[in-house]
Amino acid sequence: MAIVRNVLAGRIMASRPSSMLIAARSMSSWWQSVEPAAKDPILGVTEAYLADPSPSKVNVGVGAYRDDNGKPVVLECVREAERRIAGNLNMEYLPMGGSLKMVEETLKLAYGENSHFIKDKRVAAIQSLSGTGACRIFADFQKRFRPDSQIYIPVPTWANHHNIWRDAQVPQKTFHYYHPATRGLDFAALMDDIKNAPNGSFFLLHACAHNPTGVDPSEQQWREISQLFKVKGHFAFFDMAYQGFASGDPERDAKSIRIFLEDGHLIGIAQSYAKNMGLYGQRAGCLSVLCEDEKQAVAVKSQLQQLARPMYSNPPVHGALIVSTILGDPDLKKLWLKEVKVMADRIIGMRTALRENLEKLGSPMSWEHITNQIGMFCYSGMTPEQVDRLTNEYHIYMTRNGRISMAGVTTGNVEYLANAIHEVTKSS
Amino acid sequence: MASTMLSLASSSPSSSLSLREINKGKLNLGSASFIPCLDKDKCNPFLKNKSLGRISMTVAVNVSRFEGITMAPPDPILGVSEAFRADTHEMKLNLGVGAYRTEELQPYVLNVVRKAENLMLERGENKEYLPIEGLVAFNKVTAELLFGADNPVIKQQRVATVQSLSGTGSLRLAAALIERYFPGAKVLISSPTWGNHKNIFNDARVPWSEYRYYDPKTVGLDFEGMISDIKAAPEGSFILLHGCAHNPTGIDPTPDQWKKIADVIQEKSHIPFFDVAYQGFASGSLDEDAASVRLFAAHGMELLVAQSYSKNLGLYAERIGAINVVCSSSDAAARVKSQLKRLARPMYSNPPVHGARVVANIVGDPALFNEWKAEMELMAGRIKNVRQKLFDSLTAKDKSGKDWSFILKQIGMFSFTGLNKAQSDNMTNKWHVYMTKDGRISLAGLSLAKCEYLADAVIDSFHNVS
Repeated sequence: MAIVRNVLAGRIMASRPSSMLIAARSMSSWWQSVEPAAKDPILGVTEAYLADPSPSKVNVGVGAYRDDNGKPVVLECVREAERRIAGNLNMEYLPMGGSLKMVEETLKLAYGENSHFIKDKRVAAIQSLSGTGACRIFADFQKRFRPDSQIYIPVPTWANHHNIWRDAQVPQKTFHYYHPATRGLDFAALMDDIKNAPNGSFFLLHACAHNPTGVDPSEQQWREISQLFKVKGHFAFFDMAYQGFASGDPERDAKSIRIFLEDGHLIGIAQSYAKNMGLYGQRAGCLSVLCEDEKQAVAVKSQLQQLARPMYSNPPVHGALIVSTILGDPDLKKLWLKEVKVMADRIIGMRTALRENLEKLGSPMSWEHITNQIGMFCYSGMTPEQVDRLTNEYHIYMTRNGRISMAGVTTGNVEYLANAIHEVTKSS
Repeated sequence: MASTMLSLASSSPSSSLSLREINKGKLNLGSASFIPCLDKDKCNPFLKNKSLGRISMTVAVNVSRFEGITMAPPDPILGVSEAFRADTHEMKLNLGVGAYRTEELQPYVLNVVRKAENLMLERGENKEYLPIEGLVAFNKVTAELLFGADNPVIKQQRVATVQSLSGTGSLRLAAALIERYFPGAKVLISSPTWGNHKNIFNDARVPWSEYRYYDPKTVGLDFEGMISDIKAAPEGSFILLHGCAHNPTGIDPTPDQWKKIADVIQEKSHIPFFDVAYQGFASGSLDEDAASVRLFAAHGMELLVAQSYSKNLGLYAERIGAINVVCSSSDAAARVKSQLKRLARPMYSNPPVHGARVVANIVGDPALFNEWKAEMELMAGRIKNVRQKLFDSLTAKDKSGKDWSFILKQIGMFSFTGLNKAQSDNMTNKWHVYMTKDGRISLAGLSLAKCEYLADAVIDSFHNVS
């Protein structure tokens, strides 16, 4: 299993001596200085899992939903939408800002069905390449129009957040978030960091179902955070990748955003349909920035488009059509809401099962956090060494920060998983 | 609560904005109008200066951080279609954006694409994330389509291929790779070229300059100028070449000229960088249209190639293409591919699956592939017919003896008419013919039925407007 560990640590693709260059080439390569990139810590896990021949292997790495048989799921509402759109529409370029219908429906989910911000046309929004694309365009936008600003990122966060703001050349700072001792929120330190940041700083917040910890502020805590943001004049950028997926109720999962909106903040939001509509590979999402008035929203939207044009010209249509077909039809939308709840409920059920199994095994540690945390991920508190043991000895694949994707847990593997976790943690 | 205004003066310099001076171009960006701000003391050309004077953060919540933002200019190409849609004149003609239209001037979904989509629907495939580099089956067929399955570069695994967001996305990934591994290296782009090329290199912070290409006197290629400018560029520059069907001019080098271009590039240790957006669309033959790329590969050169399936498979809105980097060893190709992935991850994580599956299904199935080739010949054939009819109409109606044969010599979707801005404006204002201001018309938007009307418009604009 040392091979697996080395693959994950990116050591397999080391540079080879130049004597391996093809002799026939009289010219040496332009690319000699190009080192092999380290494997992506998240997506690399799935690669390693796929390469493992063991029949008992378990993938609790990447955050893609699985049913109780461990299979990927295409929602019924999505299949129906696809049947309706197949072969019908041409594939002409979408406008640079994407599908207007898709964006309209998406904003309603975040801002509220009857939001006056939408009615007053104060939201500058474009269809984006899922959540990643929304964050990247915002980061580029921040760089271009607020070149002095930095982004405050929680510790820990989704690893790609750091890559995104770094490649956009926006300097990063961090703020306290996860409290290892309690496996919960370090609220006092969080508020301290917000207070100590220079006025008018930019903050990245996870709207719900924090990735990777699953630890969310309570409603009361969100209200306090919002108040402190007002005092400090900070800008809140919400990454909402799990609306509907956390509690099963999209309205409830948008609570943090609604609190900020009520309190008068002018926020930015990245939304994704990867998880809650199962549209992972379609790259369907939306970036929005709430502005003072319609005129400003028009200007901001034009600038967001200006950033998108030299990156990909205009966004892909297929996923957008699926979204607007579903959300634009009351019956399909109802079906979707039902299916999202089923997914969320299954995960909540697996949390309970995992915790109960660990407690039944007589684990000396507390596993309350498994059911306290919310969303797709559980921050187990395991060390990288313990994770390596899980992988090498038990063929259980997860990221080395101890994050378990609960979506990969099933009634079929939860006992095996609990047992393995117990084995590697019982002596700690 | 929302209306409470708390007054707290800004205490930190990082949150206040002061007026800035314009930076007189520290980076050599040629004739770019965009000046990047690398220093925080330098100018931000995107903000109105006076708006930067907002110092205090007193109105904490209701004042936007983005107050000073001005309206971006309409896109010169995509903006044309918007103007066309707003026009109510019955004879209006949209020769702006390069999207193929049938003789009835309707958008066209290829039959082979409908078939592929139905197959996919029947199979009920899942929607899981693709790997960062895209669909493996797609990457295989796209490289084979470009180089030929038997090409040594493929057999020796020397091509790093990454699925990307059509041509634009492929160019952008390549630009990011250049910026990271060849800091300071310049890209040379043709004069003129597709409008978005310079935006891509600007946003990727890669300096660029132009090489002569279009000769207005002959309405053809300024070959001597092109060779001379490529020779004069600093060694190790990237030369952006259009593989076939040059956009916007429609003027391609001859096979002999391509050979000379390859020689000069090799001599100067430049790196060829092909933009192939029309393979199959130019001549009607996929292999013929890839001849320039294959010539360079046969020279043993390392090169980059951006591909797009927007036009040749009509998959415009699916955003499907690929960036290919031909390296001198399979080891280098593996390393380059890993770095392309690293650049893609913070841009969009992984590419959209739908278009990739459509392409893989069509190219991977012999029957569908043959059907595709036939449909492509039809599309390219329609354009050739339209060129002929336009030429005939112009020659018949124009009594000045002007040589209109460039229309027949040019190839692909576009024709550079030689009309200047004022003349192009006349085309739109008087004749309701929508085109880009550089004199480019998209023949894909022209029907046989409208050729005579267009000929009248062109003749009038040429001779009566200066």
